Amino acid sequence: MLEFLELIWSDYTVRIITMGTAALGAILGLLGSFAVLRKQSLLGDAISHAALPGIVLAFILTQTKTTYVLLLGAIISGLIGSVLINSIVKRTHLKTDTALGIILSVFFGFGMLLLTAIQKQPDAAQAGLDKYLFGQAATLMLEDVKLLIAVLGLALLILFLFYKELKLLLFDADYAKTLGINTKYLDVLITVFIIVAIVLGLQTVGVVLMSAMLLAPAAAARQWTNSLSTMLFLSAILGMISGVLGTAISASQDNLSTGPVIVIIAVSLVVISFIFAPNRGLIAKRVQQRKNKKLFEKIKDDAATT
Amino acid sequence: MASQKGVKYAINVHDLTVAYDYKPVLWDIHLQVPEGVLMAIVGPNGAGKSTLIKAMLGIQKSITGTVEVFGKSYKEMRKEVAYVPQKEAIDWDFPTTVLDAVMMGTYGQLGWIKRPGKKEKKAALEALEQVGMLPFKNRQISQLSGGQQQRVFLARALVQNASIYIMDEPFQGVDATTEIAIINILKELREQGKTVLVVHHDLQTVPEYFDWVTFLNVKKIATGPVKEIFNDDNLNKTYGINYKVAVNQ
Amino acid sequence: MTQPQLEIQLIAAIVSVACAIPGVFLVLRKMALISDAISHSILLGIVLGFFITQDLNSPILILLACLVGVLTVVMVELIQKTKLVKEDTAIGLVFPALFSIGIILISLKANDIHLDVDSVLLGELAFAPFDRLFINGKDFGPKALWIMGSILIFTLTLLLLFYKELKLSTFDAGLSAALGFSPVLIHYSLMTVSSVTVVGAFDSVGAILVVALMIVPAATAYLLTHKLKSMLMLSVFFGLFSSIGGYWVANLLDASIAGSMATMLGVIFFTVYLFAPKKGLLANLFKEKRQKSEVQLLAFLLHLHSLNEDNDLEERCVNHLYMHFRWTKSEADNILSLAKENSLVYLDGDCIYLTEKGNDFSERAIQFITSNRGEKIEGIKEDYLLFRG
Repeated sequence: MLEFLELIWSDYTVRIITMGTAALGAILGLLGSFAVLRKQSLLGDAISHAALPGIVLAFILTQTKTTYVLLLGAIISGLIGSVLINSIVKRTHLKTDTALGIILSVFFGFGMLLLTAIQKQPDAAQAGLDKYLFGQAATLMLEDVKLLIAVLGLALLILFLFYKELKLLLFDADYAKTLGINTKYLDVLITVFIIVAIVLGLQTVGVVLMSAMLLAPAAAARQWTNSLSTMLFLSAILGMISGVLGTAISASQDNLSTGPVIVIIAVSLVVISFIFAPNRGLIAKRVQQRKNKKLFEKIKDDAATT
Repeated sequence: MASQKGVKYAINVHDLTVAYDYKPVLWDIHLQVPEGVLMAIVGPNGAGKSTLIKAMLGIQKSITGTVEVFGKSYKEMRKEVAYVPQKEAIDWDFPTTVLDAVMMGTYGQLGWIKRPGKKEKKAALEALEQVGMLPFKNRQISQLSGGQQQRVFLARALVQNASIYIMDEPFQGVDATTEIAIINILKELREQGKTVLVVHHDLQTVPEYFDWVTFLNVKKIATGPVKEIFNDDNLNKTYGINYKVAVNQ
Repeated sequence: MTQPQLEIQLIAAIVSVACAIPGVFLVLRKMALISDAISHSILLGIVLGFFITQDLNSPILILLACLVGVLTVVMVELIQKTKLVKEDTAIGLVFPALFSIGIILISLKANDIHLDVDSVLLGELAFAPFDRLFINGKDFGPKALWIMGSILIFTLTLLLLFYKELKLSTFDAGLSAALGFSPVLIHYSLMTVSSVTVVGAFDSVGAILVVALMIVPAATAYLLTHKLKSMLMLSVFFGLFSSIGGYWVANLLDASIAGSMATMLGVIFFTVYLFAPKKGLLANLFKEKRQKSEVQLLAFLLHLHSLNEDNDLEERCVNHLYMHFRWTKSEADNILSLAKENSLVYLDGDCIYLTEKGNDFSERAIQFITSNRGEKIEGIKEDYLLFRG
């Protein structure tokens, strides 16, 4: 562990990767909180899978593997998936879980179809695209990190400017409308940011595991506080910790993708939170139950003796 | 039904029609709510009561119809109308305290970007005092009972200092003490000259709590002072069965 | 067609039918994403089984995989019980955790076994014919055929035996419990069957296609029917069609068979989504437009009807339509001409009056509306309206 900390100072690559995963963790923590509070927990799972064909198509069309291009393809594909999910739910009697499952599997299958179809191309194109499946933080470059920090900054700015409107929108959308708040624009804004966050995370966490990274920091943070702002802050911190720790640990082993390690750490934080959080945690609840029981027995005894 | 010229109504609904999924929910509603009344909106399940107020507030799309508040369009007069939605529609596990939730009522007056400050906090605390929830101000809302939740929602609306209060089933699922507390606050509001509209589910209490009533069943059956129109005839027309209620004449 | 080609298609067909059946129930019970969860988490079971037996072909792997599948469901429900997070959050936490443990174990301990990303997620249908079952030296065909075939027969048997109970508990859990068919038992049986099916299919078609095969045919069928029997048959049909069609497209493009099948399923779904009679998107858009005109017409007529007593001339004028109904000029003109075409109103200068027919129609409509039987309106519309919206 200590060598890792030293490396951050001395080694440029390690520094870059650490900053990148930290920023990413914070973004996922923040936006994951919104997804969770909007009851769209598994949207992350569906969108991350839906992004794949966009990535492959972007490559096929431009023949480059520049991050920006591929990410743009991913975002467009993710947006289309998100729009289709909404339209299926709105216009048919099919429920959200079914719509998510359809988009998730069909888009991903289509992406894999394209990916394997181009496998025969001479420059072994799909090698670089594989990293999107399980994530490999080691491939983060300076431009990627700059992008991540920029997006984090933008998200924080929007959050700062529109905090109360977003808070009310999440809590009681109908009431928010009566106060004159334009809920439609804010909704779209949130969705777009969530999609961007997911797409940015694909390189590090991978498609399969993205759903956990969007949910875990928020689920953990929720157990420790009853204030939205604290929850958002804590969620970002926990996301950061998972990202950095996960990358450090996976870097120390050969042949270990970063995605799974980050997820294990994040989910462990959730389990710890479930058990140890004051008030909501399982231990706290058990203690409270015992106290209540004792109190009740005392009341019974008092009543019996009078 | 012509609107009388020169009389300003708090709310004037013209020709409101709403259809969900091809089924008519509200048909051709004309409703004039005079200023300063405490009005109950009653009707059987599915009669469109919630839909009526949602359509009035612009939350629900209507096929036709206009809504005027004090003679101007609702959009212009938004600040004069406070909404208390059904508490069942909210996820009460949302991370926020009672005080925070009530302060949300000030957001409309603050406008974009501005943060709630001392003035808003004071107004929220006063509203909490009024509904009897001040000791709970730092409580997480998920720890509240149904009655307490309703009071919090009412406080949030009171903070808006509106002239018209529109409430959707505020007495559903609350304890007796809360019910009395709320109806007393509503009566106070009426004393102050405000107009209060309440979607109400309990016919027994209509004569006791309200001075005006509107009977609704997809169409508006009747509207007017309780003393005049709260009778078996209208009850039959609305509920479709022989509904006898002891009405204190 | 060569024999391997025939065998691949046969396997694909069997897999798709075997998946379609539990899939119908998952979709009806709003548990579609459990299939996604199970299909990923079983990797852990396979890995653990391999560590124990060191033999990729041991049935222990399958057994452990199934157990992990059911474990996933159990864990999700345990978390849901704590009420600390919402239902889907629980799913989104459990399966990535289990899957991650599986991947990490592989990387740490089984470095010489190459984890082919594609095969985990996509399966290797193309290679299925080469993994054959030899008993006493006789070639009985591809293993996958036997495994999936047995699972299919097992599933079909359960389906036939417990059809009534499944149907009842899916559509009315309360009644089912009251009649003594424990919904919990049925639920976990369904989960076990789903798990077993996913495990069996995992090897040939991979995690993602299993999800597609379970959910998409059922969802497509659900758009066309609400009857359980029809839904089952249609799902099977769509599954079969996609697997055979998908195979040939993959052949053409020399690409992943699983990916192709999933894409084909998607194409079928979206075709039905757009074009289904009554429920399809296009049909709905058309219906909405017509409904809107007719609802406006009805509102207009009822408004006129309510004027009869007052004889208020101002409210009869054409201009009133624009102001109080908030209709655009074209909408207002449309309604007016529709009313005239159907002989429901007539014009006297600038003022509109109901004809006798229009009066009748309005009164009948009012009756039906206030008795909350809105659907009957369709009937009287047909009686009175020659020209629809």
